[in-house]
Amino acid sequence: MSSPTDTAAGPAAAPKPTRIAPIVTPDAKSFWAAADEEKFVGQKCGDCGQFTFPPRPMCPHCHSLKREEVELSGFGTVHSWTIPRHPHPFGFKEAPVVAVIQLDEGIRMVSNVIGIAPEDVKMDMAVEVTFDATMNNHKVPVFRPRAK
Amino acid sequence: MARTFTEAAIAGIGATEFSKESGRSELQLAAECSLAACEDAGVNPHDIDGMITFTIDNSDEIGLARCLGVKDLAYTTRIPGGGAAAAATIYQAMALVNAGLCNNVLIWRAMNERSQYRFGQNPNNMQGYTGGHGTGSLLWCIPYGAMTPASWGALQGARYMHTYGISNRDLGYLAVQQRAYAATNPKAWFYERPITLEDHQNSKWIQEPWLRLLDCCQESDGGVAILVTSLERARDLKQPPVKIVGACQSIPYNVEVISNYYHDDLTIMPEAWGTAKRLYAQTGMKPTDMQAAMIYDAFSPQVLMQLEAFGFCGKGEAAEFIKSGAIAIDGQLPINTHGGLAGEAYIHGMNSMAEGVRQVRGSSVNQVKDVTNVLVSSGMASAIFSKA
Repeated sequence: MSSPTDTAAGPAAAPKPTRIAPIVTPDAKSFWAAADEEKFVGQKCGDCGQFTFPPRPMCPHCHSLKREEVELSGFGTVHSWTIPRHPHPFGFKEAPVVAVIQLDEGIRMVSNVIGIAPEDVKMDMAVEVTFDATMNNHKVPVFRPRAK
Repeated sequence: MARTFTEAAIAGIGATEFSKESGRSELQLAAECSLAACEDAGVNPHDIDGMITFTIDNSDEIGLARCLGVKDLAYTTRIPGGGAAAAATIYQAMALVNAGLCNNVLIWRAMNERSQYRFGQNPNNMQGYTGGHGTGSLLWCIPYGAMTPASWGALQGARYMHTYGISNRDLGYLAVQQRAYAATNPKAWFYERPITLEDHQNSKWIQEPWLRLLDCCQESDGGVAILVTSLERARDLKQPPVKIVGACQSIPYNVEVISNYYHDDLTIMPEAWGTAKRLYAQTGMKPTDMQAAMIYDAFSPQVLMQLEAFGFCGKGEAAEFIKSGAIAIDGQLPINTHGGLAGEAYIHGMNSMAEGVRQVRGSSVNQVKDVTNVLVSSGMASAIFSKA
């Protein structure tokens, strides 16, 4: 368990991101490293081909230790969502839309839906991945309404 | 002692006052409630031979044993999963007695969870979400602004509420009933402070549009302890014995505590369905055998989902069940008669276990008539307490 280390400083003029950087565990390192490069990857078993999330060292289906990091479609739907009003979440100017995203690959992750008014968020709405900057020059996958 | 199967019973319960600022250390709260449980039972604390608490309790077994003068501790264990541990402590104490490994098992949970730190606020230390507490996936929520138990609980309840068309106002009936119970319980923080449905609807959003303030448990200081021994021995002690007829745990694949978003069907709590099935199979009992239930109520939707899992009503019917008056004192199944974690105090579910004991003894301030069996649940674990 370690916090990500700082990399190169961002452009001087841009406002500094205030979102908390992910806490990187050894088994999730490649997920977050890819996100820094704006790549959205998932863990797929190198033997039986099934996806798992959160990342883990062993496939629960065939017990293979062969992990493959594969780029995901980035498409999914909003499976659950909420707006944290109180206390105001640290690192956000406006209360974010927090959502459980059901990815097309059949796995789920917690993220944000951005670029939408809270009253327009709907269960099962189609979303696609994009990236948002965090403190310490990292990036995390977030989702926006899917372009038609 | 002989390692033969031994029936287990609860012989003592003890608690400190429930407050927002205890003014003393968590270890002192632990010692006070533990002593109270021993005195309630008529057992000398020196004779405790087993100790059980939650992984996240800050007091060491050794520290508490040194306060109580425990002479020879045969077994200690800690249970992960935050409040899910509440009924699991009963389960493990029962198992220790059943196995003939311990005679006097002390369960405790004591915390200054309002004055010293606050579960309900944004975390100031991410180390709380490291491994060993059964809450590791919370790390995946933090960068997205889901930083509090209410945010995690809302994400868990939202799909259920959406699927069955349950509004936030519908949840209000649970809050009103629990606060009505608390209002007549002198030990409750909200003693003599009942609420109306309008109060509920006027309380601020915590998680819009799912949870208002009055759908959330409190933050509390206090301690609760329970003493478990053999049924045979309990019969010779001070209180009428409360038999642990059965107790169990269930953690189905891909289920976890609170950041519980990875299993197939988010309209149910698979862990509660699992523990219900196992508990009824173990005891040969059924929902209609219960005269009361204590259901872990961190957030209202989780109470509804547990009522359905234990078969007290059908899937998606819990809101109507509650609205119909079924959980009132003269209803089909009175629940959380101490006021729940929302009304009495949030001692991580252990005060609800204690209320289950009082209902069987017949000593609750909101006593249900003719109680023989009470079901207690903390989601991943459950137990049935019965008159011996």
